[in-house]
Amino acid sequence: MQFDQLLQYAVSGLSTGAIYALIGIGFSIIYNATGIINFAQGEFVMLGGLFTLTFLDLLKLPVWAAVPCAVAASTLAGLVFERLAIRPLRQPTPINLVIITIGGSILIRGLAMLFWGKDTHSIPSFSGDDPIAIGGATILPQHLWILGITMVIVAANRFYFYHTISGKAMRACSYNPRAAGLVGIDVRRMVLFSFVISSAMGAVAGIIVAPLTMTAYDVGIMLGLKGFCAAIIGGMSSGIATVVGGLILGVLESLGAGLVSSGYKDAIAFIILLLLLFLRPQGLFGKRESERV
Amino acid sequence: MLRLKNINTSYGKVHALKNVSLHLEQGEIVTLIGANGAGKTTILNTISGVTPASSGDILFNKQPVQSLPPDRIVKLGISQVPEGRQVFKPLSVEDNLQMGAYLRYRSREARADIHKDMENVFALFPRLEERRSQLAGTMSGGEQQMLAIGRALMAKPKLLLLDEPSMGLAPLVVQEIFRVLDQLRRDNGTTILLVEQNAKAALKLADRGYVLETGKVILEGAAAELMENAEVKRAYLGKDKKEIWER
Ligand SMILES: Nc1ncnc2c1ncn2[C@@H]1O[C@H](COP(=O)(O)OP(=O)(O)OP(=O)(O)O)[C@@H](O)[C@H]1O
Ligand SMILES: [Mg+2]
Repeated sequence: MQFDQLLQYAVSGLSTGAIYALIGIGFSIIYNATGIINFAQGEFVMLGGLFTLTFLDLLKLPVWAAVPCAVAASTLAGLVFERLAIRPLRQPTPINLVIITIGGSILIRGLAMLFWGKDTHSIPSFSGDDPIAIGGATILPQHLWILGITMVIVAANRFYFYHTISGKAMRACSYNPRAAGLVGIDVRRMVLFSFVISSAMGAVAGIIVAPLTMTAYDVGIMLGLKGFCAAIIGGMSSGIATVVGGLILGVLESLGAGLVSSGYKDAIAFIILLLLLFLRPQGLFGKRESERV
Repeated sequence: MLRLKNINTSYGKVHALKNVSLHLEQGEIVTLIGANGAGKTTILNTISGVTPASSGDILFNKQPVQSLPPDRIVKLGISQVPEGRQVFKPLSVEDNLQMGAYLRYRSREARADIHKDMENVFALFPRLEERRSQLAGTMSGGEQQMLAIGRALMAKPKLLLLDEPSMGLAPLVVQEIFRVLDQLRRDNGTTILLVEQNAKAALKLADRGYVLETGKVILEGAAAELMENAEVKRAYLGKDKKEIWER
């Protein structure tokens, strides 16, 4: 096994891992704000990619305009989802929430299939497909976009949660919703906002990965699951732990596919997920409940 | 300033408040005493909109407020220091205080004004200033209580509701907290509704008091009178009980 080849696997693993990280943070943000595992999270990833396609092809927008429009459209979908599916539940039990988010994801996927069909679609890379050589490995410009955008989003996320009033208020809601209400924070609004942020992040992930992997109405299932796995590794942190979780998963997958067989690629995520849920349900880094964010 | 008229509040089948009526005038300190489970916390939470009343009226400055959500109540000028402090443990002292001013940030009030109020809180509780970047959850019970009060003050309330601020605290800390309450009334004209099991200390500070038993107001009057009332003496100021409370 050559070093160059390992490097190659690592590089592509890191970029897929970054995608998983973004999706995983989306899971964590909603989980921390509400205690809900939003099984529809993957669908917003799918919507991001397919809306971009629509804005590019149908409306002939340039990439720089199509991407923000697609994020906005997917975010709107997230907002509507919270208002119609989550908020009306009074005193929801965990099982209600599981059912409603799974139901929501099936519905969104079905609508997407009606609208975009069952075909797989491709989206052009943001800035060409000329490979760049790093050491003995080659990397596509899109990989750089993925890593760069992920870093910016993770940093923005950190800034939001630790240095803005609104972000601190969202953390306050997750630590103690009753006390948050008593200081004047509108907890329901914050819940809505957590869905907005998460669907936006999911959409971004779906958009930046689409040029590499193609997209279709059902990509949300697998990507959502991988993101969930990243979040579990990260102990449902909406910060760096989940980023590391995503990167670990991405690299392991890529190495597994390269060194063993590409057939095992998806199995790796499931195995990690199961192992963690059995052995370290608090996540690889074992953060305590109260310090999740 | 605040008037509750025939308030009934239930938790499912538990009828926790039965036709409770009480009132507070501007600048008063009123205490609410009663045994465990009497409904003291429920009264405060009903005022704050956390557990809405099933019937009755709550008027704040003559305006009906009984069906408003907690954030609107805070906006109107009623802040609660909840039972058991309920600070945001993983947030720093300073961030907790900022959260107290959340609505003021949202209404784009000048940051300098908010900052000045934080300095005022630090002046009331110098210990909070020393620990401004410490995580709230790592502070002692007394410090957390000070923080909970400071956080409520950051909203600039006209009416402050306190739920057993002396619970589990050493006598010296209790003294400090009661001194601050007195000072708040004197300097800012803040009206205070104080729930206490430490009836003696509360009646000493308060102008008036209400005694609550199983969801009903059974006695009300000037604090000095209640202190002399045989029934109150027996039930709430008795030697044995007092020792239990102070533990
Ligand atoms: N969430 C709840 N669900 C059901 N019953 C409740 C709930 N909260 C309070 N109660 C009941 O309502 C009654 C009044 O409770 P409340 O907490 O107001 O009493 P309290 O006077 O504050 O007591 P303490 O001095 O122990 O704090 C009690 O009988 C209590 O069991
Ligand atoms: Mg109580």
